[in-house]
Amino acid sequence: MADIIKQATREAYGNALAEFGEKYDFVVLDADLAAATKTGTFKKKFPERFFDCGIAEGNMMSVAAGIAASGRIPFASSFAMFAAGRAFEQVRNSIGYPHLNVKIGATHAGITVGEDGATHQCLEDLAVMRTIPGMAVIQPMDSVEARAVVEWAINYYGPVYMRFGRFACPILLDRDSYKFELGRNVRLREGTDVTLIGTGLMVSVALDAAKLLAGEGISARVVNAASIKPIDEADVIAAAAETGAIVTAEEHNIIGGLGSAVAEVVTANRPCPVLRVGVEDRFGKSGKVPVLLEEFGLTAANIADKARKAISMK
Amino acid sequence: MDQATLKLLKEKAANIRLGVLEGIHAASSGHPGGSLSIADILAYLYYVEMNVNPADPRWQERDRLVLSKGHTAPALYAVLAEKGFFPKDELKKLRQADSFLQGHCEMKHTPGVDMTTGSLGLGVSAACGMALAAKLDKSPRRVYAIVGDGETEEGQVWESAMFAAHYGLDNLCFILDLNGLQIDGKITDVIDPTPHDKKFEAFNWNVIEADAHDFESLEKAFAAARACKGRPSVIIAHSVKGKGVSFMENQVGWHGSAPNDEQYAQAVAEIKASL
Ligand SMILES: Cc1ncc(C[n+]2csc(CCOP(=O)(O)OP(=O)(O)O)c2C)c(N)n1
Ligand SMILES: [Mg+2]
Repeated sequence: MADIIKQATREAYGNALAEFGEKYDFVVLDADLAAATKTGTFKKKFPERFFDCGIAEGNMMSVAAGIAASGRIPFASSFAMFAAGRAFEQVRNSIGYPHLNVKIGATHAGITVGEDGATHQCLEDLAVMRTIPGMAVIQPMDSVEARAVVEWAINYYGPVYMRFGRFACPILLDRDSYKFELGRNVRLREGTDVTLIGTGLMVSVALDAAKLLAGEGISARVVNAASIKPIDEADVIAAAAETGAIVTAEEHNIIGGLGSAVAEVVTANRPCPVLRVGVEDRFGKSGKVPVLLEEFGLTAANIADKARKAISMK
Repeated sequence: MDQATLKLLKEKAANIRLGVLEGIHAASSGHPGGSLSIADILAYLYYVEMNVNPADPRWQERDRLVLSKGHTAPALYAVLAEKGFFPKDELKKLRQADSFLQGHCEMKHTPGVDMTTGSLGLGVSAACGMALAAKLDKSPRRVYAIVGDGETEEGQVWESAMFAAHYGLDNLCFILDLNGLQIDGKITDVIDPTPHDKKFEAFNWNVIEADAHDFESLEKAFAAARACKGRPSVIIAHSVKGKGVSFMENQVGWHGSAPNDEQYAQAVAEIKASL
């Protein structure tokens, strides 16, 4: 088997901004984290279209709103903790409520921030961003999808929250054929006994879990839900109807994120067991990423365990 | 300042710097630049200025320190270990999953840490709350907060400044670590927060200038802050980011990267040679 290439989605985000900067007219804002969010890649190429706002995320979001209200497309970037956390109300009232065309590029989401620890490990952003009416909430599973999401966001009118990671994860999608569609899941593996719905770097972990389950004769479908809002209702209902059990996997609190979004659709349309893998309502901590993934149960083994349990509950 | 005190402070500051580098090197991550720029300030605070008790870290009548620029936790951990709040051995476990020494300051599990910080701009306000509480308690305890110069770009810093002056919190002293750098470059290039003196004066604060690496200058500054009644004080501490390690000094690249083995050895040698 060819070696799988790994890259952090934040890296792909920065590269995509620089690449599409040639073709499209947009500006990029950052809050003293250009080197980390990778908007620095764009800044290098298009310094006249890059504006550092300093360590002032709330101001940055409302500035972005003003730029959008004047007809231009701004990307605004910081760590997820500060973009969705510190600036929540600016995003809600300056961007969400007037439905302005601002693209929020939030990097360093989840516990794979690693050593920086809990203050920087945002596990709440999917939940809060999902509650803003009209906000599209997207988390790409790999670099190919991250690039596609950036180009899609440029061409879409409306506020978008894009969630990117710090940690390198496998590139699994095909760059030439892949196209991102809002509100559309991507099925990566067929299966009949259970559906594993992942988002972000947990998609590749869900694929590993499906392989573990296959060894026991359990057929698991694997789905990538990059579009968390709007969620692909038809595909979630199909998973419930056709496999009768669902396990979700995300690098987020199990409260309010993908698992909740899926459960909302299932309970209202086609009830079946839905078990959620994610951070179980606790704060993160400092440590090496593999150690943290293990400690917080963001593993193939845990997804497989939950899958067996969900099947037994049918 | 007498020679014995000066000698002690120099030694303690060097040990803080060594502790900073030991932890960051072992973790292969962390923020050396801004940790080294506050080493002398922390030595002065913990060995001269502040009233604390390592045997009873939560003693209610202690003075408080809020490290609002919480990414420079390694420096605070080093001085706390030096004072005996916890064993020095812990320092090399910085940022590991089996240690209480989190990447950013965390008050619940680390003896001697008075406030959880790391998200910039929040700590200064918590310090205001502590100073207000001391007033309500009619207690003489004092509250210190170390704030980054880049951090002053956060609007909340100025909200806290307004609050402290309004309530006459003369038991509150900010130390502004004016090292001139943040992550994306020089503070004056990224988004200029200067002049700090005029801004704080306009917010009705007592403004004091000091050399962050000169203990006699710090002694004068802290005495002036203590003597000021009716309003809060800010010590604008002119510092060098990366101070004490030649190749880190004034280099923006050393904000948040760890030294390799060779660089670590050189840094340790330089600090030891300075004594
Ligand atoms: C709210 C918030 N935004 C962004 C960051 C990321 N960050 C960590 S350190 C830093 C730069 C801080 O610069 P400064 O305050 O000058 O600190 P120092 O130079 O003393 O290290 C930034 C932007 C953060 N920790 N908190
Ligand atoms: Mg600075």
